Amino acid sequence: MTDLVDPTIANITVFVLAIFVGYHVVWNVTPALHTPLMSVTNAISSVVIVGAIIAAGPGTLGVGAILGGIAVGLAAINTFGGFMVSQRMLAMFKKKDEKGKH
Amino acid sequence: MSANQTAISYLIASVLFILALKGLSHPRSARRGNLFGIIGMAIAVATTFAVTRRVDVALGMMAVGGAIGLIVAKRVQMTQMPELVAAMHSLVGMAAVLIACAVVSDPLSFGLESPLPIGNRIELVIGTFVGALTFSGSIIAFGKLAGLGKYGRIFSSAPVTFSGQHMVNLILALIMIGGGIVFVGAPSAAQWPPFLGMTGVAFLLGILVIIPIGGADMPVVISMLNSYSGWAAAGIGFSLNNSLLIIAGSLVGSSGAILSYIMCRAMNRSLLNVVLGGFGGATGDAPADTAQRTVKSGSPEDVAFLLGNAESVIIVPGYGLAVGRAQHAVKELVEKLTTKGVRVRYAIHPVAGRMPGHMNVLLAEAEVPYDQVVEMEDINSDFSSTDVVFVLGANDVVNPLAEQPGSPIFGMPILEAHKARAVLVNKRSMAAGYAGIDNPLFYMDRTMMVFGDAKKVVESIVKALE
Repeated sequence: MTDLVDPTIANITVFVLAIFVGYHVVWNVTPALHTPLMSVTNAISSVVIVGAIIAAGPGTLGVGAILGGIAVGLAAINTFGGFMVSQRMLAMFKKKDEKGKH
Repeated sequence: MSANQTAISYLIASVLFILALKGLSHPRSARRGNLFGIIGMAIAVATTFAVTRRVDVALGMMAVGGAIGLIVAKRVQMTQMPELVAAMHSLVGMAAVLIACAVVSDPLSFGLESPLPIGNRIELVIGTFVGALTFSGSIIAFGKLAGLGKYGRIFSSAPVTFSGQHMVNLILALIMIGGGIVFVGAPSAAQWPPFLGMTGVAFLLGILVIIPIGGADMPVVISMLNSYSGWAAAGIGFSLNNSLLIIAGSLVGSSGAILSYIMCRAMNRSLLNVVLGGFGGATGDAPADTAQRTVKSGSPEDVAFLLGNAESVIIVPGYGLAVGRAQHAVKELVEKLTTKGVRVRYAIHPVAGRMPGHMNVLLAEAEVPYDQVVEMEDINSDFSSTDVVFVLGANDVVNPLAEQPGSPIFGMPILEAHKARAVLVNKRSMAAGYAGIDNPLFYMDRTMMVFGDAKKVVESIVKALE
């Protein structure tokens, strides 16, 4: 066993395991929080911003960098907006005795 | 920062994302969960900036996008959450497509080989078409949810169908796949036409797939697009060999898939049945004999009397309640009743709003404590021992026809309001619900209808209770 694992196989390993984790974690989410779940997952999926930042960052500005820059802008709307609106929603969920504290 | 350090940072970010979702298992831990998500994202972004040669463009664009995002998130109304979420899905889809284009144009800056190896190309094709479908499909869903039907028929909340629709979609899908295959095998000089062609067809397909789906099925559609946006991110992760994108994308993808499943189950529909469309705008044939049946109707004062003398009350809110902005009035009513010693709870059907969990957020916004709000499965056995059920702006989710074999909604899980000792129903008129079928609940002897705008009716009830 001296040969290296193909990156695609490593990727598939991560992918399959992540789906299992996602499956189990999400079934535990209380139905009352399904809307915040969507806005949080939405914000998390804006992690494509990582790819966009790389695309926008080659030494010289070319087509790829411009496309990457636009992608950063679009994804950033999600990153900031998604977490912000989740925070707003989650702050509303209060128990009876927690009321009036804020 | 070395490649190993980057990988460790990404691993930490991935774990924080998982903890973010885990936090949502209870409202108590949810805010902390969201904070984990924010920290994870900050680590991911900071790490990426640290390993990128040129950051000015990205920083500038991030400031612009971030500002827009924050403003929108601050201003959006809770009733508009479905539109906002749909719009955000489209952004992720478009970002994925743009990144894929950047990879095709300049693979070296991503640390990939040039010309692109076949494996990366296959991954790119998948990431791109899922991204493109997510983008255009979400735009249509946004239009339908935001009520843009007057600006174009493709945004109509009624299903848009034409003959041979499924055939057209199938042919387009085949063309798209064909374009992808040509791109995978094409030399660098000839790679753009098949790549862009495939992307264009995917955009078109995204539109065509969503237009035949009616307004009532929007909770499924929005969950489905949520799932797609995750798979698009994972696809980009595959092409860039980036495990963070793969993990985060898969979490989102499986979350959306589970929500789609839950929504389908709540409507007793199969995902295929929803996706093929045409449902949700049909008027259906109401049984002819219902026209002669009579309903008992009463005034808000009658309702106040019944509620005030009950020991236990369950309120069944529907989307009509939110549209009428009556949540605050209802909360006031419940407080009045509680001080009189009445036990009041809210019963929520999974499809009570326009997206999963929507009604819970609308009630939370009205400062209804979450421990008064009970999910269908947990409250259904309590209806038979409840004095009064008050149905506000809900219809199909309390339709006992769902228990009758042969009815169009047979098998759909419902809130068993008809089992209560008395049923009060507030509606604007006798119009049928989304499913277009009549509701025998309204004609029961134990049922009293109180017609009118939800907010006004509830306010009069509150006044009558004083």
